[in-house]
Amino acid sequence: MTLTCKEAARMISEGLDRELPADEKLRLRAHLLVCRGCSALRERMEFLRRALRRNTDRDEA
Amino acid sequence: MSDPAEFRSEVEKQRPYLVRYATLQLRDPDAVQDVVQETLLAALAGESGFGGRSNLRTWLTGILKHKIVDTIRRQSREVAISGDMEGDGSEFDALFEANGHWREHPAAWTDPDSALSQRQFFQVLEECLKKLPMKTARVFMMREHLGSETAEICKEMSVTPTHCWVLLHRARMALQLCLDRNWFGK
Repeated sequence: MTLTCKEAARMISEGLDRELPADEKLRLRAHLLVCRGCSALRERMEFLRRALRRNTDRDEA
Repeated sequence: MSDPAEFRSEVEKQRPYLVRYATLQLRDPDAVQDVVQETLLAALAGESGFGGRSNLRTWLTGILKHKIVDTIRRQSREVAISGDMEGDGSEFDALFEANGHWREHPAAWTDPDSALSQRQFFQVLEECLKKLPMKTARVFMMREHLGSETAEICKEMSVTPTHCWVLLHRARMALQLCLDRNWFGK
């Protein structure tokens, strides 16, 4: 059962907040291997996390 | 810092930073003033608790985080935050075709981390954060700014874990779009 991009987008985000079940993780990985758009979205979301953490570090420096 | 006067002065110097930190999380200036005031009071009254073990700012931020979470807890008891404060996420439906594929797929940002050394970037980021619906912003900032675990956020905000993930997803979708339009897409 393959994922749509809409489903993949939700799972990319959820993966930042909880450990995804093994089957979802596998389906997401397969999707990301073939979908440039979702790979870019994942990078953007991971960047957001770094940016927010950096914002705090920056303040604390 | 054994001199009490020096300790007080060092604590007071951190006030602008604490205000900025609390504003990112709470938005409401009155609530910000309250939590910062409580934090300063707790710090000044409990000087012995500091003991120079850590950086003063880190120690104060630790106290402030607790005060912020207390405020959020109190507020979510006092006012049932209504639906319009979290949006319904329908604006993201337009990004996808009916079959669930991207209408226009997101492009990779070039060297995004170089933005992290630019003050202007963080101003844009803060503007983007302000555009989020209130509840969505609060959940997102608890997660990414305060660094809380989802379980704690759900409890404080009285939402189910599933709904918490939905709100976090909406926040990230909105923010990446906003940054794309206002920073990376330039």
